Amino acid sequence: MADSRALPRRRFDARLMLAGGWLLVVLLAAIFAPLVAPHDPLAQDLMLERLPPFWLPGSEPGYWLGTDSLGRDLLSRLIFGARIALIVAFVAALAACIVGSTLGLIAGYFGGWPDRIISRIVDVWMAFPPVLFAILLVAVFGTGLMSVIIAIVVIDWTRFCRVIRAEAMSQARMDYVENARIAGFGRIRIMVSEVLPNVLPSIVALLSLEMGIAVIVEAILSFVNLSISSDAPTWGGIIAEGRLSIHQAWWVLVFPLIALFLTVLSFSQFGEGLKSRFDPVLR
Amino acid sequence: MSDCLDISNLSATLPSGQRVLRSVSLTVQPGEVRALVGESGAGKSMIGKAVLGVLPPSVRIVEGAIRLEGTDLDALSAKERRRLIGAKAALIPQDPLTALNPSRRVGPQMTDRLVHILGWDADKADKRVRQLLDEVHIREPDRVMKAYPHELSGGMRQRVLIAAAFASEPRLIVADEPTTALDVTVQKQILRLIAQLQQEHGTAILFVTHDLGVVAKVSQKVTVLYAGKVVEEADTPALFANPQHAYTRALMAATPKYTDPLASLKPVDESVLAGLAAEVAVADHDWRPHG
Repeated sequence: MADSRALPRRRFDARLMLAGGWLLVVLLAAIFAPLVAPHDPLAQDLMLERLPPFWLPGSEPGYWLGTDSLGRDLLSRLIFGARIALIVAFVAALAACIVGSTLGLIAGYFGGWPDRIISRIVDVWMAFPPVLFAILLVAVFGTGLMSVIIAIVVIDWTRFCRVIRAEAMSQARMDYVENARIAGFGRIRIMVSEVLPNVLPSIVALLSLEMGIAVIVEAILSFVNLSISSDAPTWGGIIAEGRLSIHQAWWVLVFPLIALFLTVLSFSQFGEGLKSRFDPVLR
Repeated sequence: MSDCLDISNLSATLPSGQRVLRSVSLTVQPGEVRALVGESGAGKSMIGKAVLGVLPPSVRIVEGAIRLEGTDLDALSAKERRRLIGAKAALIPQDPLTALNPSRRVGPQMTDRLVHILGWDADKADKRVRQLLDEVHIREPDRVMKAYPHELSGGMRQRVLIAAAFASEPRLIVADEPTTALDVTVQKQILRLIAQLQQEHGTAILFVTHDLGVVAKVSQKVTVLYAGKVVEEADTPALFANPQHAYTRALMAATPKYTDPLASLKPVDESVLAGLAAEVAVADHDWRPHG
């Protein structure tokens, strides 16, 4: 019998390890922020203002990445900022994923009028420019962590809905779905136990990507001072402050940008890596 | 004893109003293999799908009845119909590559119906599936049941699907071109396997195919279909000995022979097609859809 044996497992996946490694560092820093941060992120000390990072002349020991124009320790602020970034990333992305994927699965699998209704809503929804939409929503709900999360969910569920609808649609046409019908199974059961496992890899990849996007949106909202109270350390807020003193203290702008960049990149790469791990055909 | 499958006067239309099935009647007796022959587009697969309750939503049955072991499918609610078909009928599909769910292991896919539709306990279902895997000559049931479909070859997957179809002891199996998607070398084995299991289990089969060679090998009765219309119906030996309809004779002339594979091939004659078109036109003219 000419049956192909199971393919050998993919070896050590550098992309998955690097991205996962950075995310783990950020996650641990966020969870244990009070323990790992060398200073109080809010403590001002005008004697220590605009200290450069440790390798430049004029730096003070203990202030590894320098201080901002109010003398607050930059590293501590970044670590506490990671808390807010990750809370927003996990909660908002997960909620958007659940809402969008459920609607997308229903639209794609059932077709017909459920699909028409859901697709029209998505079309109308996507006609709003996302960042303006977010600013408008936060302006309506008032600033605060909760309204940032709500804003992201309200804007970004359509991303899941569109992708999962398309995938569920192509899966619904497969013969195995018809076979399950013939075997006597109901539609809901087929949707959940036959179609869902086949779109799960995409959901996981999108979820991870969406976490990165949520981090960006949160940063944008803090940058325009619409996120949480203005003295709470958020990456976007630190970037906004750093922008003002870029000629005197570039590090206040550059380090949060690097943290943001690495985190968003890691989320998207981690998602892609997981997708190829999850997919039995690619594996 | 009632017929295993009784299709009477079945007509179906597309949204445009065009008929895809034209008053088709056929029966399959218990334990009998009925071949349904015709070229592509003749509506043979459509009949199979109608019997199994999975017609595409655009196709509408406008007339006639399908009775499965005497029960009129139309008289049942959607849920009852699904349960009845799930318990009494099964499909051996055309394309073994897409007929198994790629992200689920093979074993659960085979036992699912036994456990959840027929209500067997898991142990009994597992034993039954292993027994059937043995009957289709799969020697490593553990490996196959733990495998994902893409880890098996096309021939292996078709064996798995045949085993799954027979596992629930259906009264009727619809075999929809079960060898078309396979390698020529595997086709024969699979045909022999289906014939063998059919005899051992006494299952009636509606065997959809375009291949008269296959018809001669597996079936006792034949229905020849053209443009959704039955043009000839006969016992298989009688059909081959003495085809009545010009279209049947033309189909036979268009089937390659082992002795002289190319020289004897003739496309279906223009005059035969013209005659068929006229027959179809007459049928459509006389036909009035009701209720």
